[in-house]
Amino acid sequence: MLRLGGAAALLVAALILAPLAAVLWRAGGAGWPGPADWAALRFTLLQASLSAILSAAFAIPVARALARRRFAGRAALITLMGAPFILPVIVAIAGLLTIFGRNGLVNSALEALGLPPIDIFGLHGVLLAHVFFNLPLAVRLLLEGWRAIPAEHFRLAAQLDLPPATIFRTLEWPMLRARLPGICAVIFAICLSSFATVLILGGGPAATNVELAIYQAFTFDFDLGRAAVLSALQLVIVAAAAVLALILAGNGTAAPGLDRLVQRWDGAGGLRLWDAAVLTLAAAFVALPIALVLGRGAASVLSLPVSIWMAAGVSLLVALASAAISVLLALALALPRRRRFEAVGLMTLAASPLVLGTGLFLLIRPFTFPGNHVLAITALVNAAMALPFVLRSLSPEIRQIEATYGRLSDSLGLGGWHRFRWLLLPRLRRPLGFATGLAAALSMGDLGVIALFPPPEAATLPLEIYRLLGAYRTEAAAGASLILTALSFGLFLLFDRMGRHADT
Amino acid sequence: MLTLDGLRLTQGGFSLTADWTLPKGARLALIGPSGAGKSTLLAGIAGFLAPLHGRVTWDGTDLTGVPPGKRPVAMLFQDGNLLPHLTLAQNVGLGLRPDLRLTSDDRETVSSALARVGLAGLDARRPAALSGGQQSRAALARVLVMRRPILLLDEPFAALGPALRAEMLDLVSAVLGETGATLLMVTHEPEDAARITDLISVVASGRAERPVPTQEALDNPGPELGAYLGR
Repeated sequence: MLRLGGAAALLVAALILAPLAAVLWRAGGAGWPGPADWAALRFTLLQASLSAILSAAFAIPVARALARRRFAGRAALITLMGAPFILPVIVAIAGLLTIFGRNGLVNSALEALGLPPIDIFGLHGVLLAHVFFNLPLAVRLLLEGWRAIPAEHFRLAAQLDLPPATIFRTLEWPMLRARLPGICAVIFAICLSSFATVLILGGGPAATNVELAIYQAFTFDFDLGRAAVLSALQLVIVAAAAVLALILAGNGTAAPGLDRLVQRWDGAGGLRLWDAAVLTLAAAFVALPIALVLGRGAASVLSLPVSIWMAAGVSLLVALASAAISVLLALALALPRRRRFEAVGLMTLAASPLVLGTGLFLLIRPFTFPGNHVLAITALVNAAMALPFVLRSLSPEIRQIEATYGRLSDSLGLGGWHRFRWLLLPRLRRPLGFATGLAAALSMGDLGVIALFPPPEAATLPLEIYRLLGAYRTEAAAGASLILTALSFGLFLLFDRMGRHADT
Repeated sequence: MLTLDGLRLTQGGFSLTADWTLPKGARLALIGPSGAGKSTLLAGIAGFLAPLHGRVTWDGTDLTGVPPGKRPVAMLFQDGNLLPHLTLAQNVGLGLRPDLRLTSDDRETVSSALARVGLAGLDARRPAALSGGQQSRAALARVLVMRRPILLLDEPFAALGPALRAEMLDLVSAVLGETGATLLMVTHEPEDAARITDLISVVASGRAERPVPTQEALDNPGPELGAYLGR
């Protein structure tokens, strides 16, 4: 097991470090970043900071309402808040465009009223999309925080008849003060590497982030030196943000778990209406774009061109390969009882997909044309990106199993493969199913490295949707979005269910 | 013969010494206050804890560096003695072959061991479908098939009521009668010690004392045992 872990650690390190080294090496000879590069850096930091602050700020009233209300559909609402994590970015953007886009619902309404139209493209569009993705995440993380406040404290507050403002100051604000920096840091780190969102809603000198600049250096100018310089820049800020997020968020905030009910007595009267309004708005904000694009897609799904179905097949294969690679690597890293290998898996947090893609391109180019291996590169990069999540769901379970049954297994001489087969595998099925489903769904919806070397044929489904959106074929894009969403959630649910049902 | 030769074990700032031998086939109770190091001593013998000084030998063979599964030791823990996702037959079968490639002879052995401890016909059950007492019996069936010359009990019956615990100790006694194994068991109860052991080692003040005959020790306890028994 130890040797396997060492080999896997080496493989992951090579997979991450070699491309990064290639990037840095190439960047070294390419000079200092120019004014446009610094502008991209400034925009990256600005949009990530604003996205983090807005998401967290809007999440506070939503999480507070969810924490103190009990109502039918509450569990469904919390589940809905988990949906944007698996929902492919391109689908969400297609959904936001149906509402806020040039011919979207909002503009149609404004036009009917004789008002000037709004424009979704630019910084505010990027922020809108980032809040759409990260508000639900912030809500779930904050809800964890509310659940961590002991029920006894609320009981005491009810006994003393404390008004809501005092409850907020004495019970809720200390929790928020402790958790908000970590939550903001996590969202900030996520938004730094945003690519598909900025690709579609951003662009132009005023709204280009570093990831998009890498893409443009690649595809428009084919300036590898500049792509490498930008990648090095991106590597530095993402690594710094990842370290910051790991420090600030600690271990407790990233795993939304049990829904323990705490009985609450506060918040009657007018606050009831306020909470109802907040929750309705939040639910509409998350559900409406998804529902609209999927509803529209249902009309056109049967008349889609064959190329879409072929792209779906390609995406499926890439997703399955990526999930398999990610889970096997995570197992090899987490199984050895020495934990030092595991830290290697977190290295992938420092790399963004486009940086890894650029590095792999630079590495492969001397030997073969990278465009011929774009699907393999995509599967590999997606596997690396999912690795921290997969590790996160498997590793604590493995520690738990070893803590409970490790000594018994040792005394029985249960080691190596047999220990895996008879002790770990049966008890790991549930997290394995979840992690495999997550990795497959994330890869399924990914629009990142594939855009760097778009294959003329055999593209993935997210790339096809991007092309359809670019050609203003919104009906076909909606149909393809429906397929993509069904496949992403289908893969996740299928594997997750397999894990649960195998449970004994 | 089990020899603890100038043994010194440390675990988290706490340290325990033992320097004595135990004849083959002896039945020893380790008795003493909580946290005195009874379980630490068993962990040292089972190979979960490397000694700081000294060594453990069995029949003259040094066990230092021998992994737990290769030692002549079978051990029952306070809990978690059965893997919940395996059937009773598989749980017992692990004692024969950790790869669970059981021949029909092996399966025969497993079934008769289960029958021997009063679980005839329950081979295909999972542990969750059994009572606490039945789970203890199944664990003992595995000890039976393992045929290891030393049996360590780290209070596996602590969660059972007095009558059931006495029943289990009698079953242990019967198993020892069949295998001829040497027993070391941790206990808090003088009655348990008196029921099936012939020797007692008092574990207190960082030391496991030289074993003395059980009945004698309980009748005329020294200062440490007297303090523990409240006499």
